[in-house]
Amino acid sequence: MLHINTPTHSSKESDSYPSFLKYLLAGILFGILLVKAEVISWFRIQEMFRLQSFHMFGVIGTAVVTGLVSIRLIKRFNVKTIEGEPIRIEDKKFNKGHIYGGLLFGFGWAVTGACPGPLFALIGSGATAVGVVLLSALLGTWTYGLLREKLPH
Amino acid sequence: MEWILQPWPWYVAGLLIGLTVPLLLILGNKAFGISSSLRHICAACLPANIPFFRYDWKRERWNLFFTAGVLLGGAIAVRFLTTGESIVVDPRLMQELSAYGIKSTQGLVPSELVSWEALLHPRGVVMMVAGGFLVGFGTRYAGGCTSGHSIMGLSNLQWPSLVATCCFMAGGFFMANVILPYILQLSH
Repeated sequence: MLHINTPTHSSKESDSYPSFLKYLLAGILFGILLVKAEVISWFRIQEMFRLQSFHMFGVIGTAVVTGLVSIRLIKRFNVKTIEGEPIRIEDKKFNKGHIYGGLLFGFGWAVTGACPGPLFALIGSGATAVGVVLLSALLGTWTYGLLREKLPH
Repeated sequence: MEWILQPWPWYVAGLLIGLTVPLLLILGNKAFGISSSLRHICAACLPANIPFFRYDWKRERWNLFFTAGVLLGGAIAVRFLTTGESIVVDPRLMQELSAYGIKSTQGLVPSELVSWEALLHPRGVVMMVAGGFLVGFGTRYAGGCTSGHSIMGLSNLQWPSLVATCCFMAGGFFMANVILPYILQLSH
């Protein structure tokens, strides 16, 4: 069990940059999906939090069911990575940060209409001023790191 | 190919977003999650001797490549894969927003709230700077965001992710319905 919040080093991947291109491509696909799903729209987020539209709940719900079935299948048939490694997923360990941090992120999500993924996709879509929101999010993450020992967990 | 340009129904979009989970696992045993990239950027650019940022961020480079891809994907989708028409928003929402001077649904973010010009007024500063700060602080404190907890964590039946997701939603409901109306009344 790895310590909570410690990045996982599960792969023995080679360190060469070309091997990371596949993640760049996966990211491009995901960015396209965020736009096509309209989940990066500030308006869609406001509708969700006012229960005025089923769209966001439908997208997130379908994504969870798809991910759930995929992981069941991966475990059931012992699917390996393309490099032949067994697939391992770390369990998440509960701490009070899930509650306090979760609420704070919820506040920010409803204000900016964006989670971290959409922040990047929005900048790419041409909303350059979202770069300010991203810088502020980086400052928020940095401040969390600074205060971490003093915060309840 | 016309269907690509039209908005996708929620079940198509949700299915494809969900497939990102097995894609990253099969590509290299990577757990889907985006907010960690903010931590890696802090660790790379301004670790400031803070223990939380003293780790070998280079081993997590894949996440930064993925995130850079998300930015590029946003650019590609908007230029080549959409019709450029405004999205159709619930009329009740537009009626509420028009009271705060937000009239157009053109674009993905309302320019009245998030734009360089909006930054010149208190309302824009609160929306962009305070809002962004909460996103960065909250996701790291919670150990993940919508992708890491709500999609990856729930897919793997992690109950801490369920707690986090419920809190994301509770915080969002409270902000959107109780606090945001006051923020939207700020000078602009």
